Amino acid sequence: MAGTWVFVEQRDGNVRKVTYEMISEAKKFGDEVCAVIFGKGIEGLAPQFAKYGADKVYVVEGDVFAQYNTGAFVAQMAAMIEEYKPNAVLFAHTFNGRDFASRLAQKLNAGLATDVIAAEISAGKGVFTRAIYAGKAFAKVEVTTQPILATVRAGVFEVKENPAAGEVIKPAVVATQANVYQNIIEFKPTVSARPELTEADVVVSGGRGCKGPEGIKLVEQLADLLGAAVGGSRAAIDSGWLGHEYQVGQTGKVVNPTLYIACGISGAIQHLAGMSSSKFITAINTDPEAPIFNVADFGVVGDLFKVIPVLCEELKK
Amino acid sequence: MKVLVCVKQTFDTEAKIELKDGKISDAGINLIINPYDEVAVEGAIQLKEKGIASEVVVVSAGSDKAMDAIRTALAMGADRGILIKQDTGADEYARAVAIAEVIRSEDPNLVLAGHVAADDGSSQVPTRIAEILGWPHINVITSLEIADGKVRCSSEADGGSQVTEVKLPAVISCQVSWNEPRYPSMKGIMQAKKKPVATVDAVAVENKTRIIEYFLPQAKQAGVKVEGEPEECAAKLADFIKNTAKIEVKA
Repeated sequence: MAGTWVFVEQRDGNVRKVTYEMISEAKKFGDEVCAVIFGKGIEGLAPQFAKYGADKVYVVEGDVFAQYNTGAFVAQMAAMIEEYKPNAVLFAHTFNGRDFASRLAQKLNAGLATDVIAAEISAGKGVFTRAIYAGKAFAKVEVTTQPILATVRAGVFEVKENPAAGEVIKPAVVATQANVYQNIIEFKPTVSARPELTEADVVVSGGRGCKGPEGIKLVEQLADLLGAAVGGSRAAIDSGWLGHEYQVGQTGKVVNPTLYIACGISGAIQHLAGMSSSKFITAINTDPEAPIFNVADFGVVGDLFKVIPVLCEELKK
Repeated sequence: MKVLVCVKQTFDTEAKIELKDGKISDAGINLIINPYDEVAVEGAIQLKEKGIASEVVVVSAGSDKAMDAIRTALAMGADRGILIKQDTGADEYARAVAIAEVIRSEDPNLVLAGHVAADDGSSQVPTRIAEILGWPHINVITSLEIADGKVRCSSEADGGSQVTEVKLPAVISCQVSWNEPRYPSMKGIMQAKKKPVATVDAVAVENKTRIIEYFLPQAKQAGVKVEGEPEECAAKLADFIKNTAKIEVKA
């Protein structure tokens, strides 16, 4: 049992940043780091992983891997684990990553720590920190089976260039169409120039104080000026101003950007759970007593309809 | 068609978390059905109202307190319940094994659950159950249609959404945006008291993970708060964004 494997999260060859975050972090464990990529027409990507520290890159090519499907991916990964016996396998805590890791873990009768924000891995031992109650508390958990399996939250580990050999290895392809049980009829990409909430460096969120679509429009203007993702509190989602995929909080997404700007959000504990790990928090709210100010590094007591337009002008200066 | 819904009892999402003797304290906490599972219950009841489902069975694994979650689901309109008595320290593996065992004996056509629990946030149990049963699954769905022995769902996906079809029987986990759960009516609450709930013991299996410790986040210190003319405040905030947070402004 040797080597820390990092499963590459990609679609159509577009690799998610969290992959490099995991490779960079895995280097700290001292063990050999291997990137594992399944896909179609993806062999050319291998040097990218070497740049961040992949000693080896396991490349699995085939039509059946053209897009993520649980059956084929689990069958292939289980066979590779059997053959190469890695000490640990890390996945991104994306929709695909958690789906993949959960089904794989059960197939291997193994434990799994999901959505981890800190990892200590040594030979035969994996201890992880994960947020529970959406960040209101944390649990340190040990995965007591092998290989050690975990899914990693995006944005918590730093990406660091650390060139390594990146020796390309092509394992036997065992998964076939017969392993596929999900018929994916259609994939509709989100058409947005904005980054995704969970990966964004800056998040601008709107709440009840936005009062309606006009307020949300201001939030969006500010977001675009900062290259930010747009989010919302439950009040904004329940009022129908934003779709559920934009919700930040315990029943939505947990974000951890460098900068979080809360506009017209009072800061219910439900919401705070989803954003309080942001590096810098700023808030604009008319109520000086709003709980959001208890966590804000910089707060403006004021009307967002007046503050945001001026703020945009100031930022452009 | 028989639909089985897995529900977990969790803390109210407005609850403040505190530790007692190194464990998460449930003193004074309002317990609810995990909001994601509540949506699964609603989805199942709607299938029954449309005449697609003939029976809706609610299953929960946990302590005796989980009975409240089952009763709530029954009050919403589910037909009967099964409480799997299990140590609350059971991990995702142990819970999935216990629930799958009951599913096997119930033999439903469709299993519904929330895609994640608001307490541990693991997102593992429905997918693990599907693997144990050897059934297909679809996670994080936002719509569902059943036809010709298949289930077709829209779901949230990384960077978009997708439409996936699998054969029944299947395990489907849902996103909260699938539907708006109903409040139990007074009549529903009265009827729920008479609906049957069986109690079974969980299959004894060992956990595959071990909790070492729980801890609370460090309290964040409130920073600067400015009041006054919007122009002045906005200028100070802009300065903070550019010079303290060091965020680049797009042209």
